[in-house]
Amino acid sequence: MKMNLKKQPKSILLKNGTIIDPHRQKSYSGNVLIKNGKIEEILRTDAPEDIPSIDCSGKIITHGFCDLHVHFREPGREDKETLETGCNAALAGGFTRVCVMPNTNPPLDSPESIRFIMEKSKTLSVHIHPIGAITKNQDGRELTEMGGMVEAGAVAFSDDGLPVSDGQVFRLACEYAKMFGVPVINHAEDPCIRKNGVMHEGTVSAEIGLAGNPDVSESSMVNRDLELSLLAGTRLHVPHVSAERSIRHIKKTLEFSKLISSEVTPHHLYFNHESLHSFDTSFKVAPPIRTEKDRLALISALKEGIITCIATDHAPHTVEEKEADFDEAPFGMIGLESCFGVVNKVLKNELDIMEIICLITINPREVMGFETNLFKKGIPAELTILDTEKEWIFGLDDIHSKSRNTPFIDETLFGKVIGCFSKGNYFIS
Amino acid sequence: MLSNRHLLRLKDYPGEDIQSIIDTAFQFREVLDRPIKRVPSLQGHTIVNLFFENSTRTRISFELAQKRLSADIVNFSGTGSSLKKGESFKDTVQNLEAMKIDAVVIRHPVPGSANQLTRFVDAVVINAGDGTHEHPTQAILDMMSLQEVFGSLKGLKIGIVGDITHSRVARSNIYGLSTMGVKVKLCGPPTLIPLNAEVLPATISYSIDEVIDWADAIIVLRLQLERMGEKLIPSVREYRSLFGITSERMKIHNKQLVIMHPGPMNRGIEIDSDVADGKHAIILNQVLNGVASRMAILYLLLGQKIPEETETYVSE
Repeated sequence: MKMNLKKQPKSILLKNGTIIDPHRQKSYSGNVLIKNGKIEEILRTDAPEDIPSIDCSGKIITHGFCDLHVHFREPGREDKETLETGCNAALAGGFTRVCVMPNTNPPLDSPESIRFIMEKSKTLSVHIHPIGAITKNQDGRELTEMGGMVEAGAVAFSDDGLPVSDGQVFRLACEYAKMFGVPVINHAEDPCIRKNGVMHEGTVSAEIGLAGNPDVSESSMVNRDLELSLLAGTRLHVPHVSAERSIRHIKKTLEFSKLISSEVTPHHLYFNHESLHSFDTSFKVAPPIRTEKDRLALISALKEGIITCIATDHAPHTVEEKEADFDEAPFGMIGLESCFGVVNKVLKNELDIMEIICLITINPREVMGFETNLFKKGIPAELTILDTEKEWIFGLDDIHSKSRNTPFIDETLFGKVIGCFSKGNYFIS
Repeated sequence: MLSNRHLLRLKDYPGEDIQSIIDTAFQFREVLDRPIKRVPSLQGHTIVNLFFENSTRTRISFELAQKRLSADIVNFSGTGSSLKKGESFKDTVQNLEAMKIDAVVIRHPVPGSANQLTRFVDAVVINAGDGTHEHPTQAILDMMSLQEVFGSLKGLKIGIVGDITHSRVARSNIYGLSTMGVKVKLCGPPTLIPLNAEVLPATISYSIDEVIDWADAIIVLRLQLERMGEKLIPSVREYRSLFGITSERMKIHNKQLVIMHPGPMNRGIEIDSDVADGKHAIILNQVLNGVASRMAILYLLLGQKIPEETETYVSE
């Protein structure tokens, strides 16, 4: 399906919306006037009548979403996703800025490969920031040329998909990355403990016999990563936290360090391991979907401010690959298009809308040091329009990714992205 | 008539259906004692035996059951991952189904494969063992064999000894036996018992002597020597001394105890030859009952049309 992307008229008015500004922590009714793709004015009342407008009454106008964790598969697996189709999926989900993980083929492990992404994404409608690999070829042994990669545009370092198992290598990565002021991100799953696990090791794996991957494979490595990053004094971002045990380590460290942050995915907030009874490979993700207790702990961690970001870990895979048997099928699900409806449904009775919006706007932007003041006169518009009251059923037509590996199909979601402004274009769903 | 179109697992499988399979199996046992061991019950039905994993006894047992029922059969054997062979699992099975078949008996190394198969084909699916998930026909033949010895299942105490984590036989028996009112105790080192095993309808003991004292019958599982590389136990010697059903142990306990084994046995490791061949063992009865049980299962699933809507336990 092609995105409904429109070139903006010279001027457009977002009329009668509720403006939620997470940067100033303010919410008010008003109009936003956009001229030549830039924010011209934010008017509390009395909008001009004579310019084209979008009626936003009953809707929320807020920052464009920012996702710290997506896989766009280019270069190498363009059959699953390209930078362009990934952008379409992002826009459909209200995301105007994403960080792409380096586990492509070849991986993003050199200044040249970072430049390839920067060059290719210049003309695309979403801001794309590459995350560089920590080690050459992501094999966990030799550090990459981080200096050159940062200069080329890398915003963080990670061997995502693969953990850096060797503690010494991870220590060196933390120390080396420190001089560039960028965060280090480690996919925390101890490979020895995880072994051949394909789902959470617990009551359901005991019942159905799929090989289990226990929560401690994550929490023990999260603990190691926290300790090593503290030793180096570098910034650590913990991706896709899935286990209550990991939260305990993060919470304890946050009591005395401001250098750490973490994220949780919509699917870990929504599902628990009971779903695996179906043997449906669309639930096969890494880290695995865990128990209801873990799920509730993740929600509490968001409420307590321990985990501050939502990231989708958008991981496209072909239908053929996902139709393989459970051991053979690859890990991962797509998540950009369904993100807001899922997250808002899970959190609407737990957090207020300002707090929910922060999790996908200013909080991730702060982790990467991106601009967080987006309702500012004169800056290029990077905004998303939401209907937070809309109940809808997520379907194949809502997917703009090249892949459709998601268990959210036919789920009733709550809250929908109406459109967004990004890099001079606007998208209306 | 059974309430499900397929036989995928015994978890949540109705007790009355298990009982009617066992009762029918005893009727077929009589057929097997006749000079002409063949009935026309499934004449004109085509069954594919789809074996993605090596198997001797289960495959032969199914084949014999099918032949005794006069069904037409096709055997497919492919080992290893189907994807690696270039054709997907889905394509393989959809191709077979296009040739108009009525049922698929599937053996596969990956848990959930039989469930997955029901999404790709309309034929009746019978799980002949899917990885470490379940092996429901084995458990049914075990229950039939127990009923043969004890008259009924309710109230029996059964120990299952060995590598519980990786045993589809154990899982199917735990569910089937507990549904039939049997008390089940699992026995093995903690490294071979699943984390959170307390969720299973069984108790756990690390002492084989305690289990022998308690049980009416013991199902001895094969120690999967191919897993020794994973270092789940320190040595075969220690396993034998801690969990082996040895002649010495049987002498010390000196009690009426029925010994079962799904085969193939590692004689001298999990079970001594004297025990396997002795008065306590009903291992060869299990094999014979395997053919009768599978005849009953095939007959009840294919001989009588079960409407599609009844497959409620397949999709959750």
